[in-house]
Amino acid sequence: MLIWLPQLVIGVVDLAAAFLFLYGLHRMSSPVSAPSGIFVAGIGMAVAVAASFLYAFDVSTAARANLPVNLGLAVIALAIGGGAAWWGGRKVAMTAMPQMVAIYNGMGGGAAGAIAAVELFGNKATGAPALVMTLLGALIGAVSLSGSLIAWAKLDGVINKPLRVKGQQVFNGLVLLLTLGVGVCIVVAHTRDATLIWAMPTWIYAFFACALALGILMTLPIGGADMPVVISIFNAFTGLAVGIEGYVLQNPALMIAGMVVGAAGMLLTLLMAKAMNRSVSNVIFTNFGTVATRKQGKIKGSLKPTQPGDAGIAMRYASTVIIVPGYGLAVSQGQGKLYEFVKLLQAGGVSVKFAVHPVAGRMPGQMDVLLAEAGVPYDMIFQLEDINDQFATTDIALVIGANDVVNPAARTDKSSAIYGMPILNADHAKRVFVVKRGDGKGYAGIVNELFYAENCNMVYGDAQAVLIKMIEAVRGLGLPDVA
Amino acid sequence: MDFQSSISGFAAIYIFMLAAFAGWVIIGRVPAILHTPLMSGSNFVHGIVVVGGVYALLNASTLQAQVIGFVAVLLGAGNAAGGYAVTDRMLVMFKTSEPAAKHGSHAKRGTVKSIHVKKH
Repeated sequence: MLIWLPQLVIGVVDLAAAFLFLYGLHRMSSPVSAPSGIFVAGIGMAVAVAASFLYAFDVSTAARANLPVNLGLAVIALAIGGGAAWWGGRKVAMTAMPQMVAIYNGMGGGAAGAIAAVELFGNKATGAPALVMTLLGALIGAVSLSGSLIAWAKLDGVINKPLRVKGQQVFNGLVLLLTLGVGVCIVVAHTRDATLIWAMPTWIYAFFACALALGILMTLPIGGADMPVVISIFNAFTGLAVGIEGYVLQNPALMIAGMVVGAAGMLLTLLMAKAMNRSVSNVIFTNFGTVATRKQGKIKGSLKPTQPGDAGIAMRYASTVIIVPGYGLAVSQGQGKLYEFVKLLQAGGVSVKFAVHPVAGRMPGQMDVLLAEAGVPYDMIFQLEDINDQFATTDIALVIGANDVVNPAARTDKSSAIYGMPILNADHAKRVFVVKRGDGKGYAGIVNELFYAENCNMVYGDAQAVLIKMIEAVRGLGLPDVA
Repeated sequence: MDFQSSISGFAAIYIFMLAAFAGWVIIGRVPAILHTPLMSGSNFVHGIVVVGGVYALLNASTLQAQVIGFVAVLLGAGNAAGGYAVTDRMLVMFKTSEPAAKHGSHAKRGTVKSIHVKKH
């Protein structure tokens, strides 16, 4: 076998894969072309993985004896890892999507870390620059792995409360310094050929232990409402780690794919942080919710409960309705019933739109996916900046399971923890119905003055149960379809 | 003949810079409604790390390298397959109300356009 042929094939295939990834992501800029986009990227992945087996023609002499075993192991690992994740991804409920993405992301970070470990233990990285890059990729990958696992545990409810201890940030800072210190020792020991206290493998183990601990410590204090930002950050981290390990392995496809994702993750992180009016460092280093316990000004007005049926009928007789769905809707699995109710209103000639806040849900855009799953056409779903002016000319705003994202305190109350956060102007509608389980506060722990407003009525109950009653009430009217 | 790519020093930095810029520009065009599929889609893309895992495993000469390489391929394959599965599942859910537009219901035309136009 000619030695250069596999190299040529791998090179061409990786080049094609890098192009297909970029083109696939590019096609994701519209809901119409997006499904073909992921398919295109999938082809790139499939051919790249298939071509990677051609490395078998070009293995190092030391590994040649192991080649049959290694090939078998690779096939088994691909089948098990790929099969299990595919099965999990097909089965998972849409509401559990953030956890699933966190897991897959952690796996990617772990894979990048493992590749770095192979390079380090095998003494393959030569020279300080390559070694530093390997260690950097290992650090970011390991942080992403352990951090994503904690994020998964939080999203899945395994860990319920953010764990906060005094002096935590100082301690985390020290752990980071320790990790970097161990890294420096590894580089020094390698380049000077010196033995520092421990043998090299011990240092490498210590490095990974520190990096994994750092990921855990970083993520533990972060609250549930900040998860969209955290998932974005770890997505970016894994991308960076993959890109860096791509450099170490001299594989441009990995470099490009990793760095594209790294940049994309950073952009999404910034967008999310902006939607919450907080800086990224604020999310990581301060404890949201704890600052919000300060006193609030007195709120005028009172809570005015109303029956679900009455609210439903009022909407049937309105001409325009905007619905603001929040995570409470997803918790009660009421999306399907909501769309049923909406279709009923539309049949009666009511114009209905959905207004989705950027941080509705547990990851960016999750509410859009949940509505899409329920069958809501995406041209009925509007983002904050596109619909906010329309509330003023709308008859009824129906807020379901959302709270902080419609709290007018974000506009007016400078002392409020959410001051400056862009909100949906549901309070500008002529009438507002708020479906809520109880009088509880939102994530930010702030009383919502919208609920006390003159034009607002509260409908208490589980979102799905309330919607069923609304549907019954509207059907009970026996009005003919207009549209 | 040698087709082994050798990327060092500034060439690597140029690749990183251009890729980061491309990612930033491409992702900046994606509407907020698609942010979840986008995130899982980009999550899928960094699953390419599995290729590096295969390389590391095939070149493993010690038991330790074999074990870690195996883990790398296992995790990388999970990342790629899982990322694809969930992204594909989500994207096929996004539908327009175009078929229903025949019945003369409202808020159909023009609103579709707003989704495409606003990110430019």
